[in-house]
Formats: sequence, C-alpha cells, structure tokens
Amino acid sequence: MTEATTETNTEAIRVRGVHRRFQLGDQTVHALNDINLDITQGEYISVMGPSGSGKSTLLNMLGLLDVPDEGQYWLAGKDTVPMSEEERAGYRRDHIGFVFQSYHLVPRLSARENMELPMMLAGIPPAERRKRLEPVINRLGLTERAGHKPEQLSGGQRQRVAIGRAIIMQAPLLLADEPTGNLDTHSGADVVELLEELNAQGITLIVVTHDMALGQRAKRRLRMVDGAIVSDDTFAIIPSEEPAL
Amino acid sequence: MIRLQDHFTFTLRSVTRQRFRTTMQLVAMAIGVLAVVLLTGIGEGGRRFVMAEFASLGNDVLVMLPGRKETTGGLPPLTGEGTRDITLNDAQSLIRISGVERIAPIVVGTSRLSISGLSRDSLVLGTTQDFFNIRDLAFSQGQAFTTRQGSRSRAECILGATLRDELFGPKRALGQWINVADYRCRVTGVLTDSGTGFGFDMSNALMLPVDNAMQIFNTEGLFRVMIQIENIDAVPAMTTAVEQQMTLRHDGQLDITIVTPDSLLSAFNNVLLIMTFAVAGIAAISLLVAGVLIMNMTLIGVAQRRAEIGLLKALGASSKEVRLLFITEATLLATSGAVLGMLIAEVILLGLRVKFPEVPFATPVWASASAIGISAVAGVLFSWIPAQKAAKLPPVLALQAQAGK
Repeated sequence: MTEATTETNTEAIRVRGVHRRFQLGDQTVHALNDINLDITQGEYISVMGPSGSGKSTLLNMLGLLDVPDEGQYWLAGKDTVPMSEEERAGYRRDHIGFVFQSYHLVPRLSARENMELPMMLAGIPPAERRKRLEPVINRLGLTERAGHKPEQLSGGQRQRVAIGRAIIMQAPLLLADEPTGNLDTHSGADVVELLEELNAQGITLIVVTHDMALGQRAKRRLRMVDGAIVSDDTFAIIPSEEPAL
Repeated sequence: MIRLQDHFTFTLRSVTRQRFRTTMQLVAMAIGVLAVVLLTGIGEGGRRFVMAEFASLGNDVLVMLPGRKETTGGLPPLTGEGTRDITLNDAQSLIRISGVERIAPIVVGTSRLSISGLSRDSLVLGTTQDFFNIRDLAFSQGQAFTTRQGSRSRAECILGATLRDELFGPKRALGQWINVADYRCRVTGVLTDSGTGFGFDMSNALMLPVDNAMQIFNTEGLFRVMIQIENIDAVPAMTTAVEQQMTLRHDGQLDITIVTPDSLLSAFNNVLLIMTFAVAGIAAISLLVAGVLIMNMTLIGVAQRRAEIGLLKALGASSKEVRLLFITEATLLATSGAVLGMLIAEVILLGLRVKFPEVPFATPVWASASAIGISAVAGVLFSWIPAQKAAKLPPVLALQAQAGK
C-alpha cells in the first residue's frame, strides 16, 4: 500500500487486476477482464479493438466516470476505487480532461462559457478565469468564434472548444474517445494535431479509436478484445514527425 | 465549490436562454395558480354576495309572529297561523320594554283599489310610521303618516312606486283620494323604488295606518310585529324579554314565535355551506391540475437535461452541486410562474369588480397562499426527485442519454 506514495512523479497511472461487469438482461458482460496497466506521465497511447471490446469502458474507468468492480486504480499516487462519488468528482476536475466523440457541449452556453465551465465548477474567481481563458482561446484559433453557441460552430470548431474545456484546468491526463469520429478528414487532422501538440508539452494522451490511421500515430498501442488487453506494444515512431493524417 | 454568484448566473442563463422551455414551464405554473386564485375569487365573491344579501335584512330587527312553532331547521314559519291573535295593544306594550327602540305592527291583506272608474287588486299593508324607519324606506314624494302617536289615524295612505305609476300614470298622485274596498284615503306619500325585501314587494303595495287596515280587513290580530332593538348584541336577551312580556299578556301561554336575524341566517346556512364547499372543491381541483401540469413540465425539463447532469459531473461537479443547480432553477421558475399567475388573476378579478360592483370578488388569503405554496412545492419536488435520480446516476450513463440526440 505504501509503495504508491513512494512512487516517482512520472508514474501517472497504475491499474491492477481491474474487472468490470455489466448486467444486460440475464447476460453478464465482462467489459473489463483483469486489466493491468502502468502509464508514465507524458505518454501517447492509443486503445484499439473491435466494437464491444471494452475500450470505452476502460476509458470511462480511467476517467473516473466508472468504478471497477474489483481491482485497484491509482491515479497521481492515490487509489481512486475507495473514493466517494464526491471525492471522485473533485479528482476528475483536477486531473482529467475529457474529449468526447459527440463533443458534449452545453448548447445554451457560448464557446467561451463552455470552456469556462470547469473553472466555474471549481470556484475559480472570474478575473482569474478570464486570464486563463485568453491564451487557450487564442491557441485554439477560436478568438472570433468565442461568443458563438455550439450550433453556430462547425464540427471541428466544436471539438476544439471541447479540447479547450478539457485542458483549461491544466489536467495532466487527457482522455479522448473517438475524437475525430464525427469529423471530416481535414478537421479531424486539425484536432489530432492539436492533441499531439498538447502531448508534446507533457500531457498524457489516451485516445480510444476505431481508426487504424489515428491509432497508429501513437507510440504505445493497446489492443483490446473481449475486455482484455491482448497486446501492448511500444513503437519507435515519434508522432510529430509524420504529417497528421 | 461553485461560487454563489456563478451559481445564479448559471441558473439565470439556463432560464433565459431556453426560452421555449422556460415559457412553457412558466405558463404551466401560471395557469395553475391563475385557476385557483380566479376560481376561488369568483366563488368567494358569490358567497359573500349571498351573505351580504341576508345581512341587508337588518341584524337588529326581531320579527314576532302569532303561534308557536319550533324551528328545527328549514325555513322559519314566515306564514305561521297563530291560535291567539297578537293585538295592537300587545304590540304597543312591547315599546315599554327597555332596549326596544321601535316597533312596527303589520297587517297584510289584498284589497281592491279604485279611482275614478279604474280598479286594481293590490297588496295592502297596515302599519305605523316606524315601519318606514325600521325598513329604511325613503319617499320620492310627500311623507309618511301624519297621524300623531296616540290619536286616531287619519284617512291617509302611501303608495309604492310601481303602484303609483299604474294607478296614476303621468298624473299627480299626491293629495288624490283612493277607494280601498269601501274605505277612502288620501295619498300623502310615494315610496322610492326600493325593490323587494323580506317577502313583500313594497313597490306594489299600498300602506295604511294599522288601525284603519284592521278595520278594512276586519281583524283584531296582527300578521307580524317588527321589533327594532337598540343593541345588536342583545338579541337573545331581547328575545327572552319579549317572550316573557307576551306570555304575561297571554295568560301564561307562550303562543308567539320570534324570528331572529340569526335564525334566518342559519336557515340559509345549508346554502352557504354548499357555497363554501364548492369554493373549496374548485380550489382543490385547480390545485391538483396545477400540480400535474407543473410535474409534467418539470419532468420533461429534467429528461432533457440528463446528459447535462452527466457532463457537469464529468467536469467535476459533485452530485450535491448538480442537485442544487436544479433546485435553484426550479424554485426560480416556480416562484416567477406563481407570481405571474397571481398577478393575472388579480387583474381579472379587478376587472370583474369594476364590471359587477355589487359582487365582492376577492380571493381568500388561504387560497392564494396554498396555490403559491403548492405550486412551489410541486415545482421543486418534481424537479428534485428526478434531479436526485439523475445526480446519483454514474456520469457514463447520464452522458449516454445524449447519444440518442
């Protein structure tokens, strides 16, 4: 138990013997089957596998959106499994940024307000929020669109807003579930480039995808089948050397 | 923790930027409250109108009639036939009881009136000067009886407004002679049109001094004696005093009945009671309808917001904060809707009061209070329960709700 606290800072994630089962009618689906995983801060990882192989469940579990039935999940030096839902919410806010396939923006809030949301939930004063927002908006190239509602933005812009929201709290872990799934090739490449840039600056990036081309850009590639990790290979390719998709 | 100011900004945005949903919810809430406030206001107005009608009979007037009848509910014996007459002397003796302000003996009959060949059957009322004071009757022409107390009555009569018009038309009535059966009297006064009251249509009646009327009808017995008392609170005591006096005068037998304003009111109590129940029933049904409306609108809102609840949680809001956001919003909507509904209702009631000044339309405080209370509780409760459920949901499941969108 004490080993986690003595762990070096570079180990961001440690998963041990995690199981997750769902009840679907009278069938029990073993969505995660004995997952063991160690991830170092700043890694770029892709998770691939057929539909229903447990990729999304793994991502939800890593993102503290789901709790394992068995096993341990250490995030930033703390076992998250025994945490209460409230504690987990706070931990999520400070350590994890999410990028979803369907963006999940709040439709009635402007791009700026959507990005501001995590800071608002964290109780950061408005002046500080503005200070943090400006560089992010600039960097995402959303300066002119910041006041627009999601419905007035293109898919690529929406996903950039979602990324902005994911990184605004400076969380060290970025979880992306099919980030390009709803985008055309061009906007998809844009988004991937942005994510990889963030990774290059030290954020741990985990991308779940069906897309072989996207998956093979990651240095470390996990492959899942029936809830188990069947391969975990690290390649020498440095993603930023290849043109994005 | 979310800052308080952000909490309200977020809620306010949610309310102002989703106009359709907000409008629908406000409308549901407002209709609910409007229905309750308006319906009870109209019902209560009707009830008060009826109450006021009975109150106009006069609270300080006892009516004595011959014969003893037990009033055990139902109408009091307005047409009671006594075994022993109440004489004029009996009536006049009552004025000596302390606390009695005025008395007016009444004899009633129908007689043929004729002037210069025209004739007509009419109600003839024999009474005294005080009758006009007790009943607050005003004269459009002339005056009441000129006979002085104690002396023999002159041959004079007073006409009701309608009767005057029918008998004389455009001609002058004052000072004219009328034949009442085989008795002649001179018209000394004409009443203003005061409508009906207490069973007599005064505008169709001819009034004579009581002793003359008793001669015409050849009777010793009075039909009624109206007794006006000085102190309204003394009704029971005065009733007893009058009964004792009459028992004394009638050889120890209590053979008169006294009808008090209270007993009249209690006779109509059933009607008023039904009115009250009707008002309460209307209020209850309106409240129920309002509650269901509010519940439906709120449930729709929460279903739509389920994904958002998941998202907020994924972004780091605790279940408690998410719940609080929803409750603030629901409370805001419920209160504004209720206030809106009440304002509209009050405006309509005001319009009704202007249009029908005689009916006092007004919503009782309990109805307004419970309408606002119940809609607020319904609004908050029905958003709280689903919000509670949604907040408990794991964020994954809540987020998946949007997948179908």
